[in-house]
Amino acid sequence: MPTITMNVNGAPVSVEVENRTVLSSALREGLGMTGTHIGCDTSQCGACVVHVNGKAVKSCTIFALEADGADVETIEGQAHADGSLNVLQQAFQDHHGLQCGFCTPGMIMSAAALLKENPKPTEAEIRDYLEGNICRCTGYQGIVDAIMAASGQSTAIAAE
Amino acid sequence: MYNFEFTKPKTVEEAATAMAAEGAQALGGGQTLIPTMKQRLASPEVLVSMTDIEGMVGVAAHGNTLTIGGATTHAQVAADAADLFPGLAALASGIGDPAVRNRGTIGGSLANNDPAACYPAGALGSGATVTTNKRDITADDYFQGMFETALDEDEIITSVSFPIPEKANYQKFEQPASRFALVGVFAAKFNDGVRVAVTGASNVGVHRWTEAETALNSNFSESAIDGMSGNANDMIADLHGSAKYRAHLVGVLTRRAVAGCG
Ligand SMILES: Cc1cc2nc3c(=O)[nH]c(=O)nc-3n(C[C@H](O)[C@H](O)[C@H](O)COP(=O)(O)OP(=O)(O)OC[C@H]3O[C@@H](n4cnc5c(N)ncnc54)[C@H](O)[C@@H]3O)c2cc1C
Ligand code: FES
Ligand code: FES
Repeated sequence: MPTITMNVNGAPVSVEVENRTVLSSALREGLGMTGTHIGCDTSQCGACVVHVNGKAVKSCTIFALEADGADVETIEGQAHADGSLNVLQQAFQDHHGLQCGFCTPGMIMSAAALLKENPKPTEAEIRDYLEGNICRCTGYQGIVDAIMAASGQSTAIAAE
Repeated sequence: MYNFEFTKPKTVEEAATAMAAEGAQALGGGQTLIPTMKQRLASPEVLVSMTDIEGMVGVAAHGNTLTIGGATTHAQVAADAADLFPGLAALASGIGDPAVRNRGTIGGSLANNDPAACYPAGALGSGATVTTNKRDITADDYFQGMFETALDEDEIITSVSFPIPEKANYQKFEQPASRFALVGVFAAKFNDGVRVAVTGASNVGVHRWTEAETALNSNFSESAIDGMSGNANDMIADLHGSAKYRAHLVGVLTRRAVAGCG
């Protein structure tokens, strides 16, 4: 079986994969990093979003071999070294951005990609960017509030 | 998903050789192909990755022609064509969601020719030329019905060249669950005429709406096509919309696209 090497959250790793192994499986089963969730496995729900070379992608819909040599960021790399939550994660906690937490790794990774591209997004821009992330629990308002707060903006926003 | 051989060629020549193998298939961004393989609706024996081939990624303008490498992602087109061909960049920026746009490619979209996809409308509506490792194919010859194209099985889309219109606009009426077009219309005004291409709506796949083109050629304004709608006899009917509804949307979206041209 081929072996791929990646920089995952800044640390070099090698993992054996089959040609057909998708990145989400390489992370979860190959590396034991189960923070990346599988909701649909068909590129619909966004629970599996990670960053590959700085870009948000659905890790269930990219072969691990296509990430050979890449920099990969996952939810496990988001908290500070001492384990305390980063600004975005803390905002999700403070603004009721999660209930069951299943969608949250993907939500955080998509939101982080958005804030990198657009540090002060409007509510409409946030909703548009999260189009590929589905949450069964929160009704999204808490998620949008959290991202507004994490970008230093007022969360006193009117529902659309 | 069944296992397969995987190759990642560096040049079009190497890719063409790999594609000649029995059961070989191109892999673009995988946004359509990987889910299809998981369902075992496709089971290629060899996957030939298009993502690292020299000269197949990028957006460049030469005179009045915009050329996009076959493995260029939707996100890159949205960013790099924004000044050169804003109507096409806006189309690319509305495909799926950000993660899909970071992987999905123009070559994959045109090769797949999903009847509800956006790029086929952009390519046909601009009169683009699809360049492969073997030949050039005009958009009018390229699209041959739902999921059908002029491509041979082992043919690779290396680039797509778009004549840059004076004005163009794409209007997508989104099917909210799939994020594809329930109906989409791309209208483009060139100095020698108007082209209108319709996606999502018809049983024949992407097609030109010639009645609207004729009306718009003499008067490029919403009023020229006031009250017109598509032909309901040709339209798709499913749980998302009846044929009559889609035919109506074709008219509405074409008027919006003309208005959007400003
Ligand atoms: C959630 C979601 C929403 C989407 N929404 C939209 C939408 O709104 N509008 C829209 O238009 N599309 C949409 N898509 C489809 C998306 O644009 C795909 O990226 C695209 O259809 C396929 O491109 P790909 O590069 O991923 O190709 P792949 O999935 O890799 O391949 C698709 C087909 O093209 C062939 N192929 C790939 N590259 C080449 C090449 N260079 N030459 C020859 N053949 C090639 C493959 O063999 C395969 O048959 C959506 C997809 C998803 C998952
Ligand atoms: S698990 Fe990847 S998009 Fe749902
Ligand atoms: S918090 Fe439960 S799915 Fe989003």
